[in-house]
Amino acid sequence: MVGNLVIVIFDGLAFGMLLFVLSVGLSVTLGLMNFVNLAHGAFAMLGGYLAIVAMRQLGLPFLAALPVAFLGAALISVLFERALFRRLYRADALNQVLFTIGLVFVAAASAAYLFGTGQQPIQLPGYLQGVVEIGGMRFGVYRMFLIVVALAITVLLVLGLDYTRFGAQVRASVDNQRAAQGLGLNVDTIFAVTFAVGSGLAGLGGALAIEMVGLDPSFGFHYLVYVLIVVSVGGLGSIAGSFVAAVVLGVCDVAGKYFVPEIGSFLIYLLLVGILFVRPQGLFGKR
Amino acid sequence: MTTVSQAATDPHSWLRGQSRWSYFEIAFWVIALLPFYFFPTYLTLASQIAITALFAISVDLVLGYAGIITLGHAMFFGLGAYAAGLITKAGWGEPLTGLVFAGAFAALIGFLTSFIIVRVRHLALIMITLGLGFLTLELANAMSWLTGGADGLRGVDVWPIFGWFEFDLWGYTAYSYSLIVLFLGVVAARRIVHSAFGLSLRGVRENLTRMPAIGSPYRFHLQKIYTISAALAGVAGALLTQTTETVSLETLSFQRSADIVVMLILGGTGRLYGGIIGAIIFMVARDQLSGMNPQYWYFWIGLLLMAVILVMPNGILGGLSRLAGRRS
Repeated sequence: MVGNLVIVIFDGLAFGMLLFVLSVGLSVTLGLMNFVNLAHGAFAMLGGYLAIVAMRQLGLPFLAALPVAFLGAALISVLFERALFRRLYRADALNQVLFTIGLVFVAAASAAYLFGTGQQPIQLPGYLQGVVEIGGMRFGVYRMFLIVVALAITVLLVLGLDYTRFGAQVRASVDNQRAAQGLGLNVDTIFAVTFAVGSGLAGLGGALAIEMVGLDPSFGFHYLVYVLIVVSVGGLGSIAGSFVAAVVLGVCDVAGKYFVPEIGSFLIYLLLVGILFVRPQGLFGKR
Repeated sequence: MTTVSQAATDPHSWLRGQSRWSYFEIAFWVIALLPFYFFPTYLTLASQIAITALFAISVDLVLGYAGIITLGHAMFFGLGAYAAGLITKAGWGEPLTGLVFAGAFAALIGFLTSFIIVRVRHLALIMITLGLGFLTLELANAMSWLTGGADGLRGVDVWPIFGWFEFDLWGYTAYSYSLIVLFLGVVAARRIVHSAFGLSLRGVRENLTRMPAIGSPYRFHLQKIYTISAALAGVAGALLTQTTETVSLETLSFQRSADIVVMLILGGTGRLYGGIIGAIIFMVARDQLSGMNPQYWYFWIGLLLMAVILVMPNGILGGLSRLAGRRS
């Protein structure tokens, strides 16, 4: 029983880390521009398919396909941002939501057209497969890898935001966009770069997710709900908040589905509504 | 807009002027009768469209007029559908009281959830409506002893309307029934949006902080319209149950919540008929393109949605009325 519990928490942690990588970008861009970008999940899906193509067509190894997913998603997302999303920053939330939902529809249909509706298989290198046995409990190697990667990303993000000049500019723009602009910061450029990094992380998350949760054209929609839960519960623009929310959601989701499968998914939504009812700005949100 | 100068006159006569039936509306309802004579094979589809249009109007009341963005309104549609189905399984198949029962049940849930809805705004609001929608779906899925779960509710037996008009295979009764209920729904919704209450809803939508300043209890207004809208959505769901004699989990799905908002945006929000036009275009197109893989169908819907938002932010009806305004 205790062993089960440890394994469930470990799996939940891994799933939570995945959710964190998928959603942290959206949290920061939402905090920065208040732009409700539901296409964030579509960029994650894009990263997943890019990794598949890089491995299958170009013959790249898995670890080399991850940067491809990151850079590809970052590049394509910033094109969309400059060409389309920018026009909607002053529009109301409804138009932003629907425009980006439209983009998700198009992305899902395009993925189905190009790759078919089935799950995409992925061949992992040998050293990421299998399990490690510690004290009679079996831990998946890939999940450990996932946790390490996500922790590394978290450290990089926190250090980057807290100790670099650009990080300080991002923080200033999140806290008060007008004042930041008044001080001569180019919020527009800051936002474009942040958007690219955030979507790139989503793309990386999409590539990392294939082994754990699979990849098909409905990925953008399916994981969008999880991503939005992480963002809204964690609070906009808060990396720590997203991290805590992702871990809580991951562990609760896996534990709920393992211990009480009948109402497992029900619990997640109850938690979401409950937390937002008490704290509409999220756990760590300031506004 | 020329209404500014009119508003300076007596507000009551201005409201009355707004609520007068226009020629377009009368023409619309005459056209709505045409399927009986010209497309009798499409009456089942026409009935589905009327039901969806009623649902779209219920969403327009909260989204278009009161500015509450909802991505979970299918929960009321589905609750109404299940309420209407379950009351027939309990042995009472009379349709009109079934409608009232379903509407009242959805209204009750709407009233209870409205306390949560008015507390939150922006992203949290979207997430709360989404979460409540998923919550209801998962609950219905888990309570399969009551709802039939993924298999849907079977054995729904609806009695003839007034003990006389049976639901036939061709959909004559279904379409007449749905169209009459839709008409009554539009009449009720017109009355609401053209009242002083309707005006204060628009005030809430336009400027939330100014409403309390002029002494208008906006939370109370929002709760009221949310409850009314839930009731209308419940009635629409009940209509679907009664005309098709089945209920599936799909009535509660996120897809339905999203589709209805898409229809509303395509047609134009905050003008009642926008939802109806959107429902007609969406459903007819889907029916005509049903040979197409649904995945590809959403490609065109997505593209259309993006184009409408960029080019015509007020939807098709809004775009048309702007064109008409330019000409005159």
